[in-house]
Amino acid sequence: MAAQLDTPMTKSVRRDWVPHLVIAIGIFITAFPLWVAFVASTLSNPEIAQAPMPLLPGDRAAANYGEALWQGGRSGRIMTPPVWEMMFNSTVMALSIAVGKIIISILSAYAVVFFRFPFRMAFFWMIFITLMLPVEVRIVPTIQVITNLNMMNTYAGLTIPLIASATATLLFRQFFLTIPDELVEAAKIDGAGPMKFFRDVVLPLSVTNIAALFVILFLYGWNQYLWPLLIGTDARMQTIVIGMSKMIDSAGGPTDWNMVMATAILALLPPVLVVVLMQRWFVKGLVETEK
Amino acid sequence: MERKVVFPQKLLPYLLLAPQIAITLVFFFWPAGQAIWMSTLLQDPFGFSVQFVGLENFQAVLQDPAYLSTMQRTFLFSFGVTALSMIPALLLAVMADRVVRGATAYKTILVVPYAIAPAVAGALWLFLFQPSIGTIAYPLRLIGIDWNPRIDGTDAMIVVLIASAWKQIGYNFLFFLAGLQSIPKSLIEAAAIDGAREIRRFWTIVFPLLSPTTFFLLIVNLTYAFFDTFGVIHAVTQGGPGKSTEVLIYKAWYDGLIAQDLGRSSAQAVILMFIVIGLTVIQFRYIERKVHY
Amino acid sequence: MAEVSLSRVRKVYPGGVEAVKDIDIAIPDGALCVLVGPSGCGKSTLLRMIAGLETITEGDCRIGAGRVNDLDPSDRDIAMVFQNYALYPHMTVYDNMAYGLRNRGTPKDEIEARVQEAARILEISPFLDRKPRALSGGQRQRVAMGRAIVRKPQVFLFDEPLSNLDAKLRIQMRVEIKKLQRALGVTSVYVTHDQLEAMTLADILVVMSKGHVEQQGSPLDLYEKPASTFVASFIGAPPMNLIPVGAGENGPQAPGLTGGRGLAVPAGGATLGVRPEHMIVATGPVPDDALGITFPVSAVEAVGAETFVYGPIGGTGQEIIARLPGKALLAPGTPVSVAAAAEHLHLFATDTGKRLGP
Repeated sequence: MAAQLDTPMTKSVRRDWVPHLVIAIGIFITAFPLWVAFVASTLSNPEIAQAPMPLLPGDRAAANYGEALWQGGRSGRIMTPPVWEMMFNSTVMALSIAVGKIIISILSAYAVVFFRFPFRMAFFWMIFITLMLPVEVRIVPTIQVITNLNMMNTYAGLTIPLIASATATLLFRQFFLTIPDELVEAAKIDGAGPMKFFRDVVLPLSVTNIAALFVILFLYGWNQYLWPLLIGTDARMQTIVIGMSKMIDSAGGPTDWNMVMATAILALLPPVLVVVLMQRWFVKGLVETEK
Repeated sequence: MERKVVFPQKLLPYLLLAPQIAITLVFFFWPAGQAIWMSTLLQDPFGFSVQFVGLENFQAVLQDPAYLSTMQRTFLFSFGVTALSMIPALLLAVMADRVVRGATAYKTILVVPYAIAPAVAGALWLFLFQPSIGTIAYPLRLIGIDWNPRIDGTDAMIVVLIASAWKQIGYNFLFFLAGLQSIPKSLIEAAAIDGAREIRRFWTIVFPLLSPTTFFLLIVNLTYAFFDTFGVIHAVTQGGPGKSTEVLIYKAWYDGLIAQDLGRSSAQAVILMFIVIGLTVIQFRYIERKVHY
Repeated sequence: MAEVSLSRVRKVYPGGVEAVKDIDIAIPDGALCVLVGPSGCGKSTLLRMIAGLETITEGDCRIGAGRVNDLDPSDRDIAMVFQNYALYPHMTVYDNMAYGLRNRGTPKDEIEARVQEAARILEISPFLDRKPRALSGGQRQRVAMGRAIVRKPQVFLFDEPLSNLDAKLRIQMRVEIKKLQRALGVTSVYVTHDQLEAMTLADILVVMSKGHVEQQGSPLDLYEKPASTFVASFIGAPPMNLIPVGAGENGPQAPGLTGGRGLAVPAGGATLGVRPEHMIVATGPVPDDALGITFPVSAVEAVGAETFVYGPIGGTGQEIIARLPGKALLAPGTPVSVAAAAEHLHLFATDTGKRLGP
């Protein structure tokens, strides 16, 4: 018996380190650019310029981050507003978009699923079709609309046009369809009207879906690029992602990489934290929104 | 699918729908309609007169060698990003599927790049590939490869390709792993009893069963590479050097906003619209199939 | 408390399907009325019309003195127990029961008192803080009952409340529901497709088929004097034997049949009905007015207290069942003669299936 058990066990032990090795390489590829960026953000520019750059953090972390946050991202000839201002803009944008999308999607899904009314399906298809009209295919006319509405360089302009959401509406619709009919009838008998039912039953039951969507939509809002590039042309309205990319002098002029990397780290930290801390909902959100 | 039991109110649903529909109409349908309309107009360079030209803008765009080479480049880039992000992800998922412990921790780390903005991912990799100082460019130069994405188009393309793919590996990994974990272990055991060796088992049993996931990821990654990599390119190369990293979205943006050629840029937008519609239809047909079996 | 009355009630769906046709039912105060029938017979629709969950196309539904056709479900002073219980999954047992009262603005201490009282009656006091998913099927069923009780409504409506329970629990809950309904004295309407449940619970039994009432009355009336072959075969298990007979000189005529003198079979023939449990093994000559049947035994099922005997009669291939007391020692293939007394014979019209004679 012992001899029989022996062979497969040693075999599995021997093979066990191969997956770990491959995954270790994967993790290295994932983490390496982040580590180098972090190290660079703690060095002085001359330290970075002396190739090869050190791979252990230097002592200028506080100085670099302090300068970036409070005085502004300075890189060569380029100046951006203080990073905290840009982070504030990004936060406003990410939170408004996430919350706004969730609110208007849950309301429209509720209308489409729990009522019967003329043009119901027409409205549903209108929302659905927005999937096929991303910003990228309507750049110029959208700017004209925003200009006509005096929404250029406003938080409203940065957020409101992005809060229509077919994906979130579809997700909520899918979930609402699984709520048993009898639950609605029980609520009717218990004297709950549609809005009371929404608040007391539908909303509490949707909590995990809302959390999952929130993570996905926060990333979506924070990481927006083309939209703030078009609408937030004023430096005051710049998001941190745009600000960071402006600090790279693509013309080949001098770039202060320690500042760029400090800003990059600050730009990636909030969404990464949200994903790591809300991992469970994030995975659920990914899977659900792709259905 | 429909609910049988609904509420009788007639006005309320319209109120609930109003915000979403208003935004949809004002910011989606109206500009999209404008884009289609503008794609049929020719404006003189000074904006004094506008002339209806039908499909001439499309004709001009589709006969423009610059546009066609951008389109070719975009397809190469998109399939490159897709392959470069899916193949390592599949390998990692197969490995993680075998590991009993630590899989969750691996997932957490591997998915981090997905949370990072494309432009930021681009900046991280651009830094690694900076000529003379970059942590990767430096050793490359020591072995005689003079890496310079500022001057060399191929070098620039490789940087945006790697940055775009890097961001997506964790996402693909999650879906591949979920796909692998949903394959019944009994099937693999049956194949093992039938004498199939491990590699053979993978190609004859696991990979075919994974094909819905693979197909789904293929579409998602192509869509991502097509539309969401604008940030990488804008931040890292600005489409350059020359036009060597200019993709369709970048060109549509450049021609519309920088070059101010409204007719042609709108025609490009309409062409992009057709591409999105195609990708969305494929994606939803796939999902329909998934729902039905 | 209140009586419930339906008069000339109809339900026509927008597509033109008539789900409920011209129904008249009067349920006295405190009575338990069971609507029974095969699926699709309209019994659930009728219940939901009383609840106000379906609109009434025509006719009147009254609870107490008032016509309630146009009232919202919450204004009809009814409570309902659903087949799948329909408990709010995110609320505790306590909140599930209290929700309807809160919506009506019942004072807090009153709610507390009523919920505790109902929990005590239903023996679910230990679970008040739990969520429904932490409860067994039987406990959920009790919570659903509790939600109905706390409201102290004029009418209880039960929509197949026991069909999600296993057989043993179903019998136990059936007894409890009956006791509870008696104790509270609340007029109740109960829908089921299970004829045994219907028979044991009902004060008034309403058998429905294809949207109309086949027969209503006390369970025993329906058992003893079924108004049609439908009711005859629906009430009682195993179902009544229905044998096509011709008109003979002295009564029914069919191969394998004797006796039955005095049964007025019309010239065109009729359907003769006799329940399996009313047959006994004939040891001597069968009286003229009783029915004698001789058939070869094809199968025997001995369940201990009684024995079911199956066999084809008169070469027609039609199978009949006799339910004989004790252990009837019969072997398949041997012929057997059974008899049923005159008062246990039923006669139905061949074409309409309606009962003939008294």
